[in-house]
Amino acid sequence: MFAFAIRRISQAIIVMLIIGLLGFSVKHQIGDPVRDIVGVSVSVAERDALRDQLGLNDPFLVQYVRFVKNALHGDLGMSFFFKKPALDVILAKAPATIELVLVSSLIIIFMSIPLGIYTALYPRRLFSRIVMGSSIVGVSIPVFLTAILLIYLFSVELHWLPSYGRGQTVNLWGWETGFLTLDGLKHLVLPSIALSSIMLPLFIRLIRSEMMEVLETEYVKFAWAKGLSPQRVWFIHAFKNTLLPVITVGGVQLGILIAFTILTETVFQWQGMGFMFLEAVERSDTSLLVAYIIVVGALFVVVNTVVDVVYGLVNPTVRITGRK
Amino acid sequence: MKQRWKRFKQSYLFYNFKRDKVAVVSFTILAIMIVLSVVAPLIAPYNPYDTSAIDVMDAEIPPSWMEGGESRFVLGTDIQGRDLLSTMLYGMRLSVIIGCGAVLLQAFLGIVIGMLAGYVGGKIDAFLMRMADVQLSFSTLMVAILISAIFQLAFGVGRYEELAIPLLVVIIGLAEWPQYARTVRASVLGEKKKEYVEAARVIGLSSTRIRWRHILPNTMSPVLVISTIQVANAVMSEAALSFLGLGMPVTKPSLGSLINSGFEYIFSGSWWITLFPGVLLVIFVLVINLLGDFLRDTLNPKLYKG
Repeated sequence: MFAFAIRRISQAIIVMLIIGLLGFSVKHQIGDPVRDIVGVSVSVAERDALRDQLGLNDPFLVQYVRFVKNALHGDLGMSFFFKKPALDVILAKAPATIELVLVSSLIIIFMSIPLGIYTALYPRRLFSRIVMGSSIVGVSIPVFLTAILLIYLFSVELHWLPSYGRGQTVNLWGWETGFLTLDGLKHLVLPSIALSSIMLPLFIRLIRSEMMEVLETEYVKFAWAKGLSPQRVWFIHAFKNTLLPVITVGGVQLGILIAFTILTETVFQWQGMGFMFLEAVERSDTSLLVAYIIVVGALFVVVNTVVDVVYGLVNPTVRITGRK
Repeated sequence: MKQRWKRFKQSYLFYNFKRDKVAVVSFTILAIMIVLSVVAPLIAPYNPYDTSAIDVMDAEIPPSWMEGGESRFVLGTDIQGRDLLSTMLYGMRLSVIIGCGAVLLQAFLGIVIGMLAGYVGGKIDAFLMRMADVQLSFSTLMVAILISAIFQLAFGVGRYEELAIPLLVVIIGLAEWPQYARTVRASVLGEKKKEYVEAARVIGLSSTRIRWRHILPNTMSPVLVISTIQVANAVMSEAALSFLGLGMPVTKPSLGSLINSGFEYIFSGSWWITLFPGVLLVIFVLVINLLGDFLRDTLNPKLYKG
């Protein structure tokens, strides 16, 4: 187990170095750190002096090593627009995105498990057919369209819920949270529903197919033969074993939710990382863009590594062969 | 040709297709939409790219059956005064072109890489598949957004918009090749061990010939299944990128950029600019997904899970 964990972690480090290399070459080719620091009103000679001083004339590899060293100290460069360290800007925006992803995942988990089990147990009932039918329609609707339709229905027509922003937030030990005020919670409803709409159908289908597969296995038949109650067979024997694939796929999919936050946050003007990223692209804020790539890259790598290691703990065959 | 058609008519695929109402209906809708987008310049009442024919005074006219609607604009007009029906037809045309182009590119990349990984195996296989895993774990949408953001910074907004169609094909192709490569690799691994491959090797055929003439045709059914679904995915990615302003510009709108331009005006009640292109996009993606489901159930290839 230990060797397996070490192998996965070293792979994760290699991936991070490659992401860093990609990010750095973007910065190297497109960005101009001198502009980021001094603006336009400084003479060419002074710029050149600054260039030398910053080590921008050093070979590519030397600069890359320096970049990695700085990154390890938490220095990802200065944001041109905000005039602040890029990492600080991102960390200030992170709570909004994390809260959004958290609420969406809760919606997904608490909706998909009952629906998935129900449709697996009673595949021929009308309700199951409706669920399965709407899930394929749900997969085909882009998340931004869901979001727009929700806004049109609930804010423009019915005036029930606010359409953009985070509403009133409370500062809790440096963490701007919207959970503690009614206004903040109201603002969370539409974005989190829109964000969960993209993954919910996938999860329902996944749980349904895994559950149906497990219900066909020998040990479930044996449990029936022993005369156990249906609830016990369904939830204790069968459901437990559907969780394994659900956790692995689920962990990766929740990471993918971060990609979709860019779309959701744009529609709802949600002041999170995704919204900030698009603004950075519009403002050609290269340092901030690269910092975002690295932070999000690290997030993905960490999530995937943790999921793999946990999976290795639960399912020994993975760590023996070392392959999926 | 006639022979082939006859053989196709007697095939298992066609037999199932005739009996599956959902598949027939979705195929019909898809065929109509593709024909409409191919002949869009001929049938569209106006040319949305012709700036001299557009009048800003016509902006935001509601659909013809509503109050204030005009009969010359059946589905109303968008914010720039373009006829919405014509703009949607041209937009669908762009979505179809970009979707198919991107799928061709990723099919090329995926088949070459998947074949290499599956047939050669060993270290190359481990490296390529690890790369695919890593890229997939970032989600194709994220990769597409990041690449397009970098391209836009590198090319500048103006130049990016000029080159938007080929760039989007490249972006989406690069972002989505791993799914292809995995599928091809998995079925190459399955075919490689079969006796006909051994037989081909025994009679002394070159490995290139075995790969491309013997194994490849037998991996085609999973490729066919995944291709349909990938077209839907590519169209969705294109719409998402255009919605974010990283795709087609407003002067040459695809369905995604139309939705985006209409979104700003939804608060003033102009819902049609967003809704009609949105519905068209959803129907297009939905029928492709339904067809993909049908193909998967019928051909039943062993698809790589995940």
